[in-house]
Amino acid sequence: MSFPWAKHYEPKHPLMQWIDSRLPLPRFVYNAIGGGYPVPRNLNYFWNFGVLAGVALVIQIVTGIVLAMHFHSSAAEAFNSVNVGIMRDVNAGWFLRFAHANGASMFFIVVYIHMFRGLYYGSYKAPREMVWLLGVVIFLLMMATAFMGYVLPWGQMSFWGAQVITGFFSAIPVVGDWIRVWLLGGYAPDDAALNRFFSLHYLLPFVIAGVIILHIWALHIPGSSNPTGVEVKGEQDTVPFHPYYTAKDGFGVGIFLIFFTALVFFYPDALGHPDNYIPANPLSTPAHIVPEWYFWPFYAILRAFTADFILPAKLWGVLAMFGSILILFFLPWLDKSPVRSANYRPVYRTLFWVLMVDVLVLGYCGGSPADPAYIIASQLASAYYFAHFLIILPIVSRLERPRPLPGSITEAVLGTTKTA
Amino acid sequence: MTSLLMRSIKFLVGLGFVGVLLIALWGTISGLIREGTPQTAEQALHEHPKELHLPSNGPFGKFDLAQLQRGFKVYEKVCAQCHSLNLVSFRELAGLGYNEAEIKKIAKDWPVKQPVFDNKAGTWGERDNTPADRFPKVYYAANGTPPDLSLITKARHDGAAYVYSLMVGYTEKPDAEGAKKFPEALKSPEGLHFNKYFANLHLAMPAPLTDAQIDTVKYTDGTPTTVDQMAQDVSAFLVWTAEPTMQQRHRFGVAVLIFLIFATILGYGAYRNVWRGMKH
Ligand code: HEC
Ligand code: HEM
Repeated sequence: MSFPWAKHYEPKHPLMQWIDSRLPLPRFVYNAIGGGYPVPRNLNYFWNFGVLAGVALVIQIVTGIVLAMHFHSSAAEAFNSVNVGIMRDVNAGWFLRFAHANGASMFFIVVYIHMFRGLYYGSYKAPREMVWLLGVVIFLLMMATAFMGYVLPWGQMSFWGAQVITGFFSAIPVVGDWIRVWLLGGYAPDDAALNRFFSLHYLLPFVIAGVIILHIWALHIPGSSNPTGVEVKGEQDTVPFHPYYTAKDGFGVGIFLIFFTALVFFYPDALGHPDNYIPANPLSTPAHIVPEWYFWPFYAILRAFTADFILPAKLWGVLAMFGSILILFFLPWLDKSPVRSANYRPVYRTLFWVLMVDVLVLGYCGGSPADPAYIIASQLASAYYFAHFLIILPIVSRLERPRPLPGSITEAVLGTTKTA
Repeated sequence: MTSLLMRSIKFLVGLGFVGVLLIALWGTISGLIREGTPQTAEQALHEHPKELHLPSNGPFGKFDLAQLQRGFKVYEKVCAQCHSLNLVSFRELAGLGYNEAEIKKIAKDWPVKQPVFDNKAGTWGERDNTPADRFPKVYYAANGTPPDLSLITKARHDGAAYVYSLMVGYTEKPDAEGAKKFPEALKSPEGLHFNKYFANLHLAMPAPLTDAQIDTVKYTDGTPTTVDQMAQDVSAFLVWTAEPTMQQRHRFGVAVLIFLIFATILGYGAYRNVWRGMKH
């Protein structure tokens, strides 16, 4: 579906006419990201991040395919195939590796901003629930992909990270240990685990690409939301995607690549852990096992559960950690307020910023050693996280008195009525 | 009716997680009150690395080839007795400014040889190293396991400064207050040596750089051969072994960044141009 005023594709060149009448791919592209897709005129820079996530995925796939040509997925050779082969012997191998490792971090930064944009502007609400749900599926797939990718260079953190994460499954009562051994193909991570992780790490990005197509398809049914959260009412509210948003996204990609370049060429190890430059050693446990930074908030939630209450503490931790993500699936039904944008919801807006701080505190604690002070902070912050989504938000969304909305996007842009 | 049920379910799940967390919080706090957080000897005595200024530091750092050659000499004459450099090939020494003949000679004269298996006799023998070989494995019989040094400056926080501090730390006094509080922690167990920059405070490596090494190393480029200088140079060398392409990376980075900034400015111009007259 699209708006009635969407422009129709009219191929000018005979070649394009010839193709379009046999395979309407040019028409499809035109309607998806060309002049045939009307988009609200008032999108701010936060709406660049979906495209940036797509760019990051392409960078990961391209660098990853070339890295895979030089990688040996065996416990005996993986470390050296990366640290000697790729880093020293392959032409520009260091560039590929640093681009891929830091590309993962950039991908998560961009997707986190994309998700918080959704939270702030209520993008998850009807009629875009499916866009949001598919987004959460993408997020889960990204986490699985990143985890398995981190295991591949077979350093100390690779090995012990795999040990800890697969250990979650042994928290399941009765069959847990059996499941863990089945997943790993052994009692501890070794060749079997490394090989299947490599296989899946190569597969999942393409699954993500597939889900992204569904994500954008679902988005194009109602079209993008916008910072006012007021739906498009007429032609004057929209501009064609091309050239308006292709130009704006092009500029956004430039800024993204500048940050990316600064990381890859000047601070390539800043976000990594030194222990992963030590070859995996099953007999020597690192002093602090920490995952990559983008998992820190979830790691903090896991470690916050230190009390056995009916269920063992470890099982609570694992349930809560997965629960903290699964909650996002229910978000469209937890927040019943008809107003989307936090700009018109004074209470929700405050809650949003408190949640931001809460997640940053969780992230900080998750990256720190398990000292009592950090555990206490994680316990408070985790409690608030669950309370925000399951208790406070449902109540606030019923009681809150929103501010008056502008009559239309155009009205908001031209300032014909006084709105903030 | 169902909506009431749904509403209560989310509250109950929320209260469940919050409740268990509060129980856990109570446990953590009461444990803290009962036991406090007693300071450990490591917390009192372990110190972060001292500052080390190397030309390779920072985003635009460059290698000082003369220093790298001196550092290689320290490695060759001292550390190589115990530590391998398994990820580095002799041919890569070209990056330190050695020519082909010099590299051939270094490889050939290297005291540890490459093992070869004699298929006819069924025994192990050895042959000289060639530029194509990686530095050979080193066997170490005494107490402890010397780690391979190829990546050591990446494998420790603040790696170069850490190696330098470790080298000069054997003769440094521990923190006076910490020493008074934990006198026992200063006594090294059999076969270990105190060093406040080492996380566990005692390590198996005996002080590798002392005045005794000055004659063995003996710089020929006029730089005074002191323990501090040798420690700095070997750290600089180990930054190089961890990533011989670092300087190239910095150079490319500057070029790519200049290009991107230029392209992004053009992109911004295009964006403004397209949107001209369209209020948004
Ligand atoms: C007599 C043998 C010997 C010599 C010579 C020697 N080392 Fe060591 N080194 C060791 C041993 C043994 C260890 C392991 C210490 C431990 O883990 O307790 C070690 C550990 C290290 C470590 C790792 C410390 C850590 O954080 O785990 C570094 C760095 C190091 N040596 C650097 C050097 C340098 C640089 C030189 C040359 C200047 C050198 N070593 C010379 C025996 C030696
Ligand atoms: C690989 C990862 C992802 C890619 C490539 C991607 C791509 C996109 C693109 C291109 C858009 C349209 C442009 C925009 O609004 O920014 C979009 C919109 C959206 N995405 Fe994603 N996305 C990804 C992950 C996610 C995740 C993890 C979530 C949430 C859990 C999410 C939720 C949304 C929502 C709600 C919208 C609609 C926004 C609106 O119209 O206001 N996406 N996505």
